[in-house]
Amino acid sequence: MAADTRDAPADSGFGQVSRTKDVAFRLLALAATLVGIVSLAALLANVAVDAIGWLDWGFLTSPPHPNPYEAGFFPALIGSIAIMLLIALITFPVGVGAAVYLEEYANDGYLTRFIQLNIANLAGVPSVVYGLLGLGLFVGLLGFGYGTVLAAAFTVGLLILPIIIIAAQEAIRAVPDSQRQASYGMGATKWQTIRNVVLPRAMPGIMTGTILALGRAIGETAPLIMIAAPTTVFGIPNSLFSKVSAMPLQIYNWASYPQTEFQYGVVAAGVVTLLVVLLTINSIAIIIRNRYQQRT
Amino acid sequence: MTNEQMTSSETESTTDQPAPTPGTDSLADRGDTEGEPTTDRTILEARDLSVYYGEERALNDVDIEIPEKQVTAIIGPSGCGKSTFLRCINRMNDLVDSARVDGDLLFDGKNVYDDDVDPVALRRKIGMVFQTPNPFPKSIRDNVAYGLKVQGKDDNVDEKVRTALERAALLEEVEDQLDSSGLELSGGQQQRLCIARAIAPDPDVILMDEPASALDPVATSKIEDLIEDLAEEYTVIIVTHNMQQAARISDKTAVFLTGGELVEFDDTDKIFENPEHDRVEDYITGKFG
Repeated sequence: MAADTRDAPADSGFGQVSRTKDVAFRLLALAATLVGIVSLAALLANVAVDAIGWLDWGFLTSPPHPNPYEAGFFPALIGSIAIMLLIALITFPVGVGAAVYLEEYANDGYLTRFIQLNIANLAGVPSVVYGLLGLGLFVGLLGFGYGTVLAAAFTVGLLILPIIIIAAQEAIRAVPDSQRQASYGMGATKWQTIRNVVLPRAMPGIMTGTILALGRAIGETAPLIMIAAPTTVFGIPNSLFSKVSAMPLQIYNWASYPQTEFQYGVVAAGVVTLLVVLLTINSIAIIIRNRYQQRT
Repeated sequence: MTNEQMTSSETESTTDQPAPTPGTDSLADRGDTEGEPTTDRTILEARDLSVYYGEERALNDVDIEIPEKQVTAIIGPSGCGKSTFLRCINRMNDLVDSARVDGDLLFDGKNVYDDDVDPVALRRKIGMVFQTPNPFPKSIRDNVAYGLKVQGKDDNVDEKVRTALERAALLEEVEDQLDSSGLELSGGQQQRLCIARAIAPDPDVILMDEPASALDPVATSKIEDLIEDLAEEYTVIIVTHNMQQAARISDKTAVFLTGGELVEFDDTDKIFENPEHDRVEDYITGKFG
């Protein structure tokens, strides 16, 4: 590849072909790549510098406080983690169940294709719409309560469910058919084949997809605002019906404070914490994927 | 085919006509076995068996009687329906949405396409080995034990696993690594592992769909030796595109030609030395296919 875009050697005796466009296009493509990386790096560096001196153990373990020097992130951090765990518990079985049904049981008819199309569409619905749905369904109709852990988990869970279903479907589809044939050929039932052959083989892919979807869920703010989650709480949730805040909500709240200490230092510390949690989640997904690739 | 059965089926179809002379019947193999010993018990019998994929006919009125505890080879050019026939026997074609089966296929006298036959239960009596080795990403032990596990045969699993590996001529090579992954074995070993997996639950019949086509000559010859040994205890039906292989290992040979037609079925020696049909002779001698 590199050899083709080099300047043509001089005096070869065969004449020369111009490489101007090759070189120009190569630089253009490089620039396009750098735009993303450089801006992300700049953002991270900027936030990290702002967070210096603010992000410390006290920040992570204290409740919020009107004084920026005593403000802490603890309830929002724990709130986010609690919502995340509950989302995983809710969406994993439902998402895998739906994927198994669509891939292994459903006939390839109009209804299946209709459902499939809608799942793909649902994955693209703006999160604020899910917030409205959560407000009407979970807070209003089912009475989970305004801004509770349960209402937040169900609302955001619904938001990432289509992503999990699609990821799980892809993982299940990637299981070679020869494996299913081998199992059916041994006189296994459909359930035995799914349980012993399909799911174990698809599980790393399903896990990766689920964890990445959770990474998306942790940054969601709009649906939480819609179900009236408080932007600031001072204690950690002690039941499913406790009011809960989450990291992005708390950050959003701090950003609206008049003091510059909040707008720069405290917000930056919160953003760095959020990003570290997010990157940790994504790293786990990558580790699972790599371990799986080594095994096969 | 026994003479009694031949006579009765002839009478059904041509009531007023005298029985046609052997060799002129369109299905050809009728009568070819005259004079042969007929003591072999028939374990599988197809009667007017046709298979369609959508509109397309993949198998055309096949009649065949497969003897117990012998190796029956099915040969023929690509697309002649030989794999389709094999997959009919244990109803693996049920897994293909568009497949439709007409006619009867009797296993121990029972039509496997009767409404009261559970295909899952049927497959527990008829094991299958596929073209490409397809062990599970599990340990060698768990691979062989898979059939025992799903069929609920939970007693003496270790012993049965060892017996199956031994019969599949693999035990010596893997004895010390039963807990390592089946995927770490060579292609030929993997295929013998798949054979061990197929015989572990002790089925009556073993179907093999070109089991050596993805293997090198040494591995192939090991599989061939193994198949001949297996026929002492099991009925083996093997699809192969390799005519020398069929000639080497089988007792009976069925020749399918294009259009899903069974053209000739007879003792392997007869098929290869003196076939009744010119088309079969042309195929055997490599003039087409």
